Amino acid sequence: MFGDYSIGDLGAIFAMQGFAGLILFSVYVLMALGLAIIFGQMGVINMAHGEFMILGAYVTWMTSSFFQSHLPSLFSGYFFVAMILAFIASGALGMLVEWALIRHLYKRPLDTLLATWGLSLILQQAYRSVFGAREVGVELPQWMMGSKQVTDTIEVPINGIFVMCLTLAITVVVAWIMYKSRWGKQVRAVVQNRVMAGAVGINTEKVDRYTFGLGCGIAGIAGSAFTMIGSTGPTSGQLYIVDTFLVVVFGGAASLFGTIASAFTISQAQSTMEFFMSGSMAKVLTLLTIVAILMIRPQGLFALKVRK
Amino acid sequence: MINSRFFNRSELIGFLSLLLLLAVILPFFLDTFRLNLVAKYLTYAFVALGLVMCWGYGGILSLGQGVFFGLGGYCMAMFLKLEASSVANTKIQSTPGIPDFMDWNQITALPMFWKPFHSLPLTIIAILLVPTLLAFIIGAAMFKRRVGGVYFAIITQAIAAIATILIIGQQGYTGGINGMTDLRTLNGWDIRTDHAKVILYFFEVFVLFACIITAQFIRLTKLGRILVAMREQEDRVRFSGYSVANFKIFAFCAAAMFASIGGAMFTLQIGFMSPSFVGIVPSIEMVIYTAVGGRMSIFGAVYGTLLVNYAKTMLSESFPELWLFGLGGLFIAVVLFFPSGLSGIWRDHVARHIDRLIAMRSEKSKRAWAIKSAADGAPAE
Repeated sequence: MFGDYSIGDLGAIFAMQGFAGLILFSVYVLMALGLAIIFGQMGVINMAHGEFMILGAYVTWMTSSFFQSHLPSLFSGYFFVAMILAFIASGALGMLVEWALIRHLYKRPLDTLLATWGLSLILQQAYRSVFGAREVGVELPQWMMGSKQVTDTIEVPINGIFVMCLTLAITVVVAWIMYKSRWGKQVRAVVQNRVMAGAVGINTEKVDRYTFGLGCGIAGIAGSAFTMIGSTGPTSGQLYIVDTFLVVVFGGAASLFGTIASAFTISQAQSTMEFFMSGSMAKVLTLLTIVAILMIRPQGLFALKVRK
Repeated sequence: MINSRFFNRSELIGFLSLLLLLAVILPFFLDTFRLNLVAKYLTYAFVALGLVMCWGYGGILSLGQGVFFGLGGYCMAMFLKLEASSVANTKIQSTPGIPDFMDWNQITALPMFWKPFHSLPLTIIAILLVPTLLAFIIGAAMFKRRVGGVYFAIITQAIAAIATILIIGQQGYTGGINGMTDLRTLNGWDIRTDHAKVILYFFEVFVLFACIITAQFIRLTKLGRILVAMREQEDRVRFSGYSVANFKIFAFCAAAMFASIGGAMFTLQIGFMSPSFVGIVPSIEMVIYTAVGGRMSIFGAVYGTLLVNYAKTMLSESFPELWLFGLGGLFIAVVLFFPSGLSGIWRDHVARHIDRLIAMRSEKSKRAWAIKSAADGAPAE
């Protein structure tokens, strides 16, 4: 397996695959952050999470087309506008869904799974009807194209670096919101004891709605970032949903740090193995390993110790 | 046991009317093409039946039933494929006597795990045991560690994803994304003729009713009662000294076996098997059949499967883009408004009136008896 490569080659391969893994890691983290908030904090299984992400991707695509045709001078900065719009669109849809659907099902977690799966089917078909079945890709602004030469054999694409910086920034913001802000404190209080939180004057329904909206909004940003590295189709979201759920469960639900650690492990394992065997076998091996570990340690890597 | 009889009155009515529908009315009124469609739907009814046991009674939602359906289907397909690729049939290949897709993928000898599928009895044993064994391993690993509910659902879904990727990736051994096609005969009997399809349909209905009776039997025994008790209050059952994990493993294994039988039937009826019946999407659709029929009702599962699939065929024939909206809406509507599905609607709105009719009649005869006994001087109750 390693025999054909010299030490230097191997180093370069690992570095390049490691970097490819880091991009995958960024997508996982962005998707899993939203999911971890919704699943970990609220116990709701949102199978439509991938579709919220794709909504963000479509919003980004529309913004880029708009800038291209109407404001070509500002095109290099369209992404930041698109990201905010994606957050608002996905977040608003998320709050609507929470109000119409999820809030009736808090006591039946398995049923939220079925209902949101139904929602994801509806959204997929809606995207297909509105945007067409073909995948769309955005045009990258000039400064994001090309790649940076680190050594003779290692080069890293600039859009990848950008996506990673974005992931880092969003993770910091989310961590700040959840652990430092007053609102985050309310969310955690509602999670730990809904009745008591209500008794001390927290509007639990409102907290639920905004939490769900925030989770979906982050998925929208993930979709925005997703357009930088791949093209968008109506069913692109579904490809990631199982992986992302595994990331959240593997990391230990309700632990943001665990989510990030597990996203890192999974994406690195997958992209390193991908170089040495076929992509499908790498995926099978990764998933099997996660499932096996979860069978041995069902609470995930970093579990909060709570009384059940 | 609450009922001393195997079926109470309304269950008996349900059983007989389903039997009448499947064995008499449908074969009589439908042409062979439509009957074959019904046969295809009914293969999913096996899965739905299994889900009633493990999800409705046991409270374990598995999103990986497609894996067991596929395992059964693939076992059957391997047998049929080997029979179809006899040396005489495949003499143009570079290695005659192996399935065509192996030849295309430069495999020159039959892999070890294909060898048992030369024999029909071994194939039938494999259909019954392989998925059950897999379910046992998964169940034992998970339930012994008290993993349940949501986590179990997600992990079974991941297993469904793994199975699809594996089947598609290992093209030389499984036929890849196209699956196993061009299946012809079962022990020399051509399964593709109209006549054979009708016979297979009746065979399938027979097996389905055997499974229904098995499920009803399990439901009425103490085991079925414990399953329900476990769903309602798992800890109490555990404190009463029962091993909760073992009961869950049993329910999951039984559901896997039913699904596998359905898969084998599917291969026989349709004449091919492919990974598109294994993955996440078909697995979760199978759950919705059960939910629509009523997750607690054995007969409801069969009706739900028939109805959803019929709607799917109708809608996707005439309005292909509407079908996903319909299916998605169905998921949401069933969960929000009809958590106990068709059988719940039946129980609340139809069966009540039937019961009242029956009660009125018996009331009348009771009153007549009371008047008569009062006239005889005996104390009336």
